[in-house]
Amino acid sequence: MASMIDVRHVNKAFGGLKVINDCSLSVEAGSITGLIGPNGAGKSTLFNIIAGALPLDSGQVLLEGEEITNRPANELFHKGLLRTFQIAHEFSHLTALENLMMVPPAQAGENLFNAWLKPGRVRHEEEEVRRRALEVIDFIGLRHVRNELAGNLSGGQKKLLELGRTMMTDARVVLLDEIAAGVNRTLLGDLVENIERLNREMGYTFLVIEHDMDMIARLCDPVIVLAQGSVMVEGTIEEIQNNPEVIEAYFGATHDATA
Amino acid sequence: MNEFVFFLNYVVVAGSVTGSIYAIGAVGVTLVFSIMRFAHFAHADMMTFGAFTVLLLTTAFPGAGAALGLPTAVVMLPLAMLLTAALAVGIDKAFYKPLRAHGVKPIVMVIASLGVTLMLQGLIRLFAGTSGQSLYVDDRKEIFRLALPFEGARAPIVITEPQVILFVLTLVCVVGLHLFLSRSRLGKAMRAMSDNPDLARASGINTNLIVAVTWVIVGGLAAIAGTLLSLDVTFKPDLSFFLLLPIFAAAIVGGVGHPFGAIAGGFVVGFAETLAVFNWSVLLRPFRDSLPEWLASADNLAFVGTEYKIVVPFVLLVAILVWRPTGIFKGKVI
Repeated sequence: MASMIDVRHVNKAFGGLKVINDCSLSVEAGSITGLIGPNGAGKSTLFNIIAGALPLDSGQVLLEGEEITNRPANELFHKGLLRTFQIAHEFSHLTALENLMMVPPAQAGENLFNAWLKPGRVRHEEEEVRRRALEVIDFIGLRHVRNELAGNLSGGQKKLLELGRTMMTDARVVLLDEIAAGVNRTLLGDLVENIERLNREMGYTFLVIEHDMDMIARLCDPVIVLAQGSVMVEGTIEEIQNNPEVIEAYFGATHDATA
Repeated sequence: MNEFVFFLNYVVVAGSVTGSIYAIGAVGVTLVFSIMRFAHFAHADMMTFGAFTVLLLTTAFPGAGAALGLPTAVVMLPLAMLLTAALAVGIDKAFYKPLRAHGVKPIVMVIASLGVTLMLQGLIRLFAGTSGQSLYVDDRKEIFRLALPFEGARAPIVITEPQVILFVLTLVCVVGLHLFLSRSRLGKAMRAMSDNPDLARASGINTNLIVAVTWVIVGGLAAIAGTLLSLDVTFKPDLSFFLLLPIFAAAIVGGVGHPFGAIAGGFVVGFAETLAVFNWSVLLRPFRDSLPEWLASADNLAFVGTEYKIVVPFVLLVAILVWRPTGIFKGKVI
């Protein structure tokens, strides 16, 4: 299978601290790839580098074979690479529904002249966007709070809204940064189902950072283990869980906490 | 009745003039704050720079206004707005952008803008000298005297041409800004960025472009406010020292980061200043007979002397920070 994202020999240091150390990995198109590793392994840093939020020191990042090294996040959005944030981000002064309606680019109503000269077209398009946003909000189970200001939603609801945001436009690949953290157990099941459905029906590729091993086990294949800034091992969840090296580095001291 | 006209001239007209200038100035400060999250001290000097550019252009083409029936300075204003916008974008590229790229704290940006203030002021002084100059180089200030259709109103309402132009331009700016922010893609992107810059980027918004657009708007507005103030009185290179406090007070009173709050704040500060220096004894004159001796014989009943008018925004600022720290409108995002 073709690869969606290629990371090649990437290095990144903060001051004297080398966080990403000659890291190379690839995410296959159509896969749900998990990215795990102990705290400080460089998962989030690598994520931010791929998503264009952090400049890298050296190396290359490719999206479907096209070099995207150090391209800004807004450009990557238009290429179909979307991300969610570890700490959920939202436009706090817009309602949940408006947050979703905000996403599709180049809406006719955003043009000063269209707003006056083509009110029919603007209204038609806005209804289209609203319909889609309502579908998405049903999908993520937030219909009952759709008219609340997003800033007032709970942490878990904001996480769901983040996932919803990625569904408002035609993404190629979505980076999920600890989407399960702070989401309750029952919602989590829905979340996993929704991610699988997006993967299956809409062909989204996912790269998932997660501390919740349950979720990784249910969702991800393959799983990449990051340790000290580079890939330690890659394989199915069973392979990972039975790998003595991984158990040593990752499960060793914190086994109870992550099980 | 004449006392009432006096009140109209010295409070309503004068307050609206000061208020409009503070309002346009405060909008600039508030826009920079909402997009870049720092207090831009050099804003008042961008206003001075705008007026200075107009002075240069007016000196170069003194006859240009006669053709259009407007003061030459006003005809030169669009060009000065463009130049000031270019200066604002240039200053950002040269001084603020490198700092932003390093992710410095807002206070570092504030100090940098203080440096820009001193630099701009020095530059303007170098070329314009230190004394006040009229922006009317080859033409003359039109003064309209509107007689009131009342019995016994002998004094007319006095309003000058630049004041009328100021009111018109303020209205245009407010309506234009509202339409821009609410109805255009860039305006919407600006609002998104002021709420959450990271998410804005992740939603496909080019935040570098938004920053540049913000500076263009801010520069243009600064040129308008600076020029009209200089037209109303005179152009001085140290104009900014008298403007800085009132426009920041206006921005804070209205709610920092809230453009329409800034406009309201501008008028609140402008009228507070005017009312504070207004000589109330004039209004009491008709009731002289029924007033106690000490009140009737007072010549000057202003709250503060004109030379201390700068304390008014200060007092207002302290009051608002104590009683309503978020401003009249709750500020922070556009």
